[in-house]
Amino acid sequence: MTLSRSRRTVITGIGVVAPGGVGREAFWDLLTAGRTATRPITLFDASGFRSRIAAEVDFDPEAAGLSHPEIRRMDRAAQFAVVCAREAIADSGVDLDTLDPGRTAVTIGSAVGCTMGLEQEYRVLSDGGRRWVVDHTYGVPHLYGYMVPSTLAVEVAWEARAEGPVHLVSTGCTSGLDSVGLGARLIEEGSADVVLAGATDAPLAPITSACFDAIRATSPNNDDAEHASRPFDAQRDGFVLGEGAAVLVLEELNRARARGARIYAEMVGYGNRSNAFHMTGLRPDGREMAEAIRVALDAARLDPSDVDYINAHGSGTRQNDRHETAAFKAALGERAREVPVSSIKSMVGHSLGAIGSIELAACALALDRQVVPPTANLHNADPECDLDYVPLVAREHRMDSVLSVGSGFGGFQTAALLTREGAVA
Amino acid sequence: MTWDTAPVVTGLGVVAPTGIGVERHWESVLKGRSGIAPLERFDPADYPLRLAGQVPDFTPRDSVPGRLLQQTDRGTHMGLVAAAAALDDAGIDPADVPEFELAVVTAASSGGTEFGQHEMERLYQNGPGWVGAYQSIAWFYAATTGQISIRHGMRGPSGVLCQEQAGGLDTFGQARRLLRGGSRVVVAGGTDASLCPYGVVAQLSTRALSTATDPDSAYRPFAPDACGYVPGEGGAMLVVERSDAAAARGARTYGRVLGHAAGFDPAPVLDRPPALASTIERALADAGVAPGAVGAVFADAMGVPAADAAEAAALRAVFGPGAVPVTAPKTLTGRLYGGGSSLDVATAVLALHHQVVPHTAGLDRPDPRHGVDLVVGGPRPAALDVVVVLARGHGGFTSALVLGRGDTALDLP
Amino acid sequence: MSLSVARFTLDDLTAVLHSDTGFDNAEAVTAANADRPFDELGYDSLAVLEFVSQLRRHHGVHIPDEALSEIPTPLSAVDYVNRLLVERAPNAEV
Repeated sequence: MTLSRSRRTVITGIGVVAPGGVGREAFWDLLTAGRTATRPITLFDASGFRSRIAAEVDFDPEAAGLSHPEIRRMDRAAQFAVVCAREAIADSGVDLDTLDPGRTAVTIGSAVGCTMGLEQEYRVLSDGGRRWVVDHTYGVPHLYGYMVPSTLAVEVAWEARAEGPVHLVSTGCTSGLDSVGLGARLIEEGSADVVLAGATDAPLAPITSACFDAIRATSPNNDDAEHASRPFDAQRDGFVLGEGAAVLVLEELNRARARGARIYAEMVGYGNRSNAFHMTGLRPDGREMAEAIRVALDAARLDPSDVDYINAHGSGTRQNDRHETAAFKAALGERAREVPVSSIKSMVGHSLGAIGSIELAACALALDRQVVPPTANLHNADPECDLDYVPLVAREHRMDSVLSVGSGFGGFQTAALLTREGAVA
Repeated sequence: MTWDTAPVVTGLGVVAPTGIGVERHWESVLKGRSGIAPLERFDPADYPLRLAGQVPDFTPRDSVPGRLLQQTDRGTHMGLVAAAAALDDAGIDPADVPEFELAVVTAASSGGTEFGQHEMERLYQNGPGWVGAYQSIAWFYAATTGQISIRHGMRGPSGVLCQEQAGGLDTFGQARRLLRGGSRVVVAGGTDASLCPYGVVAQLSTRALSTATDPDSAYRPFAPDACGYVPGEGGAMLVVERSDAAAARGARTYGRVLGHAAGFDPAPVLDRPPALASTIERALADAGVAPGAVGAVFADAMGVPAADAAEAAALRAVFGPGAVPVTAPKTLTGRLYGGGSSLDVATAVLALHHQVVPHTAGLDRPDPRHGVDLVVGGPRPAALDVVVVLARGHGGFTSALVLGRGDTALDLP
Repeated sequence: MSLSVARFTLDDLTAVLHSDTGFDNAEAVTAANADRPFDELGYDSLAVLEFVSQLRRHHGVHIPDEALSEIPTPLSAVDYVNRLLVERAPNAEV
């Protein structure tokens, strides 16, 4: 199987900050052990909320290497992104001094930007919500940087010393897939040779929990937080809010080979569509996600029979898991029944815009190590979700190509395909 | 990118302080009729900001269902109205376009700011149970794209880009990518409405806002006494199509998207030049256009002296001192963030269509040290084949868009 | 506004449904259409969830998650609320 495009995109570095452990290896460790990082919320007093569970990162910014000025000015989401960027760059072995800044790009995704910083400042300036015309003298000097999510891309661009295209992609829960898709596209079209592509979200703040409470999207299984995220399980009752980030170093293939880089995987295909149906609702047939999958397969010149593992969106809501099961069947036919499918949200929760990049990191690692992460908490079969979801235990599995999908508020549906280096001519 | 195969702009929708609708906006631009006025969205009391570009008489209820208005922010209301107007102007019924070939890409800067401030107020005054069912879909940055795609049945590869004021130009770069990749029609652009108190206070923290009180001169980019920019609300949505598809249906083409480039300023600690000049050069190279062929530049025109000086230096470096007419009609509207550079593209396309360079209201002459031929005093008729639009976004984003004449340039009114 | 015990009416329902304004383009709920599904009348899933939240905020009526599927129409919602009110205060006056 060969791709005809003249410029191809490979992943040469991975950085992750996820619940359960800061760093790529801690993340992989959690996934392969099938451990969950969901617990009662500690980041704020959640006692008045319907869902009081989250997947939180035990994050010490100083221990993670951030300076005091960086900690002061950066919202938590920016801190995650920068720590990931540093890990990814180090992992890739890229020497920033050798890069042409004008051909170094950054594509970062985020669904809700600097929510924590925005809310914290609001609380102060509005005097606990009492003033509509908020105080204009007490705000932090970088308040505007919280208001615009583009700040998250700025911080990574400074880290990478990028002077090429820098973009903040914000397509809700597919942001983390769409940002990497855009990064790969920049390489393919010749606008960049190296891209730091990823996503970050730190949404664990009262306003976020409250907005998902209002639409009953999150699991209220507060007495069993550790097992509350149950994608594909017959008793699933919503997603568990999470936080985190992942950044990948994307490089043009020939450049990566020329410097002898270790290549995790190649981004061989990407496709996105919208369901144009409802901002939060999903039709059970999954047709637009199926179309996104077909577009990605076409771009990769792959058949359904080439897909060896599906990393699902698997948020754990009743409608999502049913929707994407249908999408897999529609797009892949019988192959959907033959391959392992799993959702790591069962372990690291749903970090909104960030999770797409975190899942791509998991896919790249899965390809590199030939191990499929499990779906944790999966005990009760649901007739509407009747595929092999790799319950509870990670599985060694021969894989050449992996499909990663996402679905998000606004109707966004995205699919991306990764292939192991050496499996593509 | 050859002239004939460049994607074409076939529809415009404008919701701006200069007016709602293309005709009203363009008339205001030609007459230098400012949309900047004392801030009315709330009483700014002791805020240093007194003025803003506000959209006059905006009644979305005339064209948008009430239940859709209820679940969206004012910025999305403007986006919905502008997108519908653009599709109508293009003569496109979305039902006639294959569903997966129709997409929308918007620029967002700060999301549904006012909606979000209301919801946080309810949260803190009353408790978590008082946050409404629409907060999860109204404030986030993808709201406008999502709602437009639903309203018009657009199932193609839609997206959202956030690069503050520069994002709008990048939606056209993205539209071009999508049209090369199988899409037939893309609605590109953006709108913004952040003139609520929390939004204004955040903007004030940049220290870049003009605190002047005379609407006609508060925002005077490139002037010797430039004192910052006035913020505004609104924006524009444009329909961009593959040239063959537009020709097949006999569409009127306002202009063409010839080239685009995006760059980023080096981190402040590095001793390297800003990215604007090289970004302009890359956009021109992408378009296959020499600097001498550019008939006008629609400047970013931030109105902050250091930023003006940097932009002027880039213009001199690329085009030569005083070598190309430069203008900033945005002094009539203020800086519109997520809607800003999209409105600039609409105005630039109208300039190509009408063969006239609009002037920069609010100042008599630029600081001569900038070495720019700023068009002041009144519109300047010109034979325009190519114009360039520039935008810079907070933090270092830099974008340039190269536009060419359409097929049916009009005579001057 | 307070609810009479065991006498939550269709008018009460539409008052709550419209209390955030903006629903002028959806059909008004009347005796004639009250047995049609909410979404057919122009009230999507989010509108129904918001309605349920309003009931809780303003009237202290809690409709649990499991019961949401039991109120697909305005009529069934009215019935459900009345059953809850009776359970809450079977013998009380206003």
